[in-house]
Order: sequence, then structure tokens, then C-alpha cells
Amino acid sequence: MTAEAYPVLEEPKTFFLAPLSKPAPGSAGKTGTWRTHKPVVNLEKCTGCLLCWLYCPENTVIKLENGKVAIDYEYCKGCGICATSCPFDAIEMVPEV
Amino acid sequence: MTVNLKKLPDHKYVMPGNAACPGCPETMGMRYLKMAYGDNFVMVIPAGCSSVIQGIWPKNGINAPVLNIVFAAAASAASGMKAAFDMLGKKDVQVVVWAGDGGTGDIGFQALSGAAERDEDIVYICVDNEAYMNTGIQRSSLTPYGAWTTTTWTGKKEHKKNIPLIMIAHGAKYVATATVGYPTDFIEKLQRAAKIRGFKYIHLLAPCPVGWRFDPAKTGEIGQLAVKTGLFPLFEYAEGKFQLSPLSRRYKDPAKRVPITEYLKLQGRFRHLLNKPEEIKKIEEYIDSVWYMIDVLEKAFNPQAEAQKLLRTL
Ligand SMILES: Cc1ncc(C[n+]2csc(CCOP(=O)(O)OP(=O)(O)O)c2C)c(N)n1
Ligand code: SF4
Ligand code: SF4
Ligand code: SF4
Repeated sequence: MTAEAYPVLEEPKTFFLAPLSKPAPGSAGKTGTWRTHKPVVNLEKCTGCLLCWLYCPENTVIKLENGKVAIDYEYCKGCGICATSCPFDAIEMVPEV
Repeated sequence: MTVNLKKLPDHKYVMPGNAACPGCPETMGMRYLKMAYGDNFVMVIPAGCSSVIQGIWPKNGINAPVLNIVFAAAASAASGMKAAFDMLGKKDVQVVVWAGDGGTGDIGFQALSGAAERDEDIVYICVDNEAYMNTGIQRSSLTPYGAWTTTTWTGKKEHKKNIPLIMIAHGAKYVATATVGYPTDFIEKLQRAAKIRGFKYIHLLAPCPVGWRFDPAKTGEIGQLAVKTGLFPLFEYAEGKFQLSPLSRRYKDPAKRVPITEYLKLQGRFRHLLNKPEEIKKIEEYIDSVWYMIDVLEKAFNPQAEAQKLLRTL
């Protein structure tokens, strides 16, 4: 068959490339609602060693100006890793509601 | 090279609110990857939890450029991408394959083997959660002996495939083991790998609370126990030289190892064999065989050894 035997398609006006997504928080929604327990930092006990910050899978332990830490409750999933990794027992997991 | 936590900027190393389960080892690992390579890397991800963790378009939970690709092509796509970066003169960009244990040891193995043999200048990371987690906990060739999965109801009958050893046998430039239980060790290994030209392979043990049946607060702790029991020795093999990582050196002495039952009893997937001494003995014998292999590697690949002199002449 010759090339002429094929219908020539009109050039598409719009091009759809592979769907590109961009890094942004909340790609699975407000994951803070998944929590059954919430981590509460006792700033008196916290020494600012940052181990909780290092181990948190969710990037929801935040470094504070004073060298200590806070939790981003909008997205924290309540896994409790921050509490287990704290050598100073400065994080307590408190039941939600 | 040590990692100073206070100096690391408070970036979003992964984006919060992604689709990973609570306590996920894969998002932990991705954070360490970004801590090591900053903005200077691209991830190539075959199917697996890490494809799903990204969440729903148009947002993405991974804070790095990602090429999602089919299982069979991860290592080859990364090879091509690295060649393209070279052509563009961007020689310092790390192309990183981030694949599960199924994607590495079973379905993507031929591409991995090919890339290692061609000595492609990429970093291949196997995120080993010891089963096909994304499709519902089916056994892989990297599931350990005795572990329950949805396809091994009474416990797997075969031992884990030793991929790091297979990579050393390929003549890879750099092979290392790491776990999310010891993040700074993993970050340092990533940084050392980046300085080497050629094929780099890092095996990252990633305890998964969902598939291994443990409390999600214990992901890091279980990774550490895998090292302390001697089950998963941390080592580094770089350009023909093998050495145990400092964290694992003391466990060369069997008397210093934590009893393996301490590791098994935290995980529901081993519950059925806890009161079967003959099964526990099998796992202990496996640990002995792992350390026998370490001994062989130490003897073969040190600056004095014949094997290394031979390698230098190649
Ligand atoms: C060729 C092919 N076979 C099967 C699948 C279905 N599949 C998608 S993810 C997955 C499991 C991957 O397991 P693993 O590589 O261990 O990664 P994990 O999900 O544990 O991170 C499977 C089997 C597929 N996408 N492509
Ligand atoms: S509970 Fe888990 S997700 Fe929440 S801050 Fe602690 S480690 Fe992070
Ligand atoms: S691990 Fe504990 S002491 Fe260290 S920064 Fe976190 S809360 Fe503070
Ligand atoms: S199944 Fe395991 S590895 Fe997969 S997303 Fe959940 S915790 Fe992470």
C-alpha cells in the first residue's frame, strides 16, 4: 500500500503531553484527618536534637527559630514515629477527641 | 563526612499530605535522598508504592522531578536519561532509580543487570519492603524465610535473594546496604556514591508497617533491630574494596547480636513461627550464612587481597 492510501490527519491544534504534576502539599488531601492519635511536643523537655525531624516520614515536624520543634497538624498522619524516636520522651501521643 | 542536622535547611524533603500510609518507610527514604542530593537529581520510578505515594494530579507528593515508568524499563530509561544529561553538559545531575524489591529482584531485574554490566553512571536504589506491597502484600524473591504474605499463608519456604551480592558479582563500581532505621548512614552512602562514576547500587531495607504487620511508630526501630540482630549487615563495597559499616562492625561477634526473636516478635508476619524453635533455628542459621559471606567478601576485597590486585589490572 502506498502512503497516499492513508487518510492525512489534520495537525492537532492542541498538544497533550504526558500529564505533568507539580510538587505540592496535600496531593492526597488533608491527611491530618487520618489521625487517631496526635503528637504533642513538651517544649520543656525538648532539647532540639532534631531526631524527630529526621525520622518523621511526612515532613510534618517543623524546625522552630528557637531550635526546638512543632507539628504541622494539617497533614501529620499520627504515626507516632516522632514520639518513638525522641530520646528525651518529649513527645506524647494523645488520642484524638 | 558527617551529617549535621542543625545545618540541614528545613525544606519539604517530601510534600506533606501525600498518599503514603502512616509510618511509611518509602517517604522516609525519599527525604534522605533529597537531603543528600538537594535539587540535583531526577527519580525514575517503576510501578510500586512510590508511584502511588505521589497522590493525585495536578499535585505531587514527591519534591523532585519524577519519570514514572514500566517495571521492565526503569534501569534502561535511567541509562538513557543519564546519556541525555551528558549530551547537554549537565554532568553533575544524579539519575536515581527508585524501585521496590519486586521491581528490582523480579520484574525489573534484566534491565538492572544490563545497566550494571554496561556500567551506566546511575544510582540504583532498591527500596526493599520485602514484598509487593502496592498490590496487597504478595511474596517477592526478596521476602525472607518464614514471612507470611497473602501468597505465602503458612510462611515463605525459601530464603531471601541476595541482590547486593549479585551486584558485586556484576562488577558494579559501588554497592552498599542501608536502612531507614539509620538515616545518616544512608545519607553518607548516597553522598559517597555520587562521587563515583559508573554503576552504583544501594539496597535500602524499608520496614513496612502494613505488610510486616507492626505498629507504624516502630518503622525506624525495626530497621535498627534488623542491623542489631545481625540479620541485615550494613556494608559498603567501593571500587573493589569491601568494608563493614561502623554500625555493623560489633555484630561480627555473634555474642554481641540481639536475639533474632526480639526482631520477629514485633512483626505480625512472623507470629506463626514464634513458638516453633526449629523455624527460629533456620533463621539463625541463615544469619550465620550471611556473616560467612561477609567474611568471604572481606577477605577477597581488601587492598592486600589477590582479588583486588586482579581487579585493578582490569
Ligand atoms: C508488568 C507489570 N506487572 C504487574 C504490575 C502490577 N503492579 C503494580 S505495583 C506492583 C507491586 C510492586 O512491588 P514492589 O516492586 O516490591 O514495590 P512496593 O509496592 O513494595 O513498593 C505490581 C505487581 C504492573 N504494574 N506491571
Ligand atoms: S506522628 Fe508521624 S507524621 Fe505526625 S509528626 Fe510525628 S512522625 Fe510525623
Ligand atoms: S526528638 Fe525530642 S528532644 Fe529531639 S527535637 Fe524532637 S522533641 Fe525535641
Ligand atoms: S504499604 Fe508500606 S511501603 Fe507501601 S505506602 Fe504503605 S507503608 Fe509505605
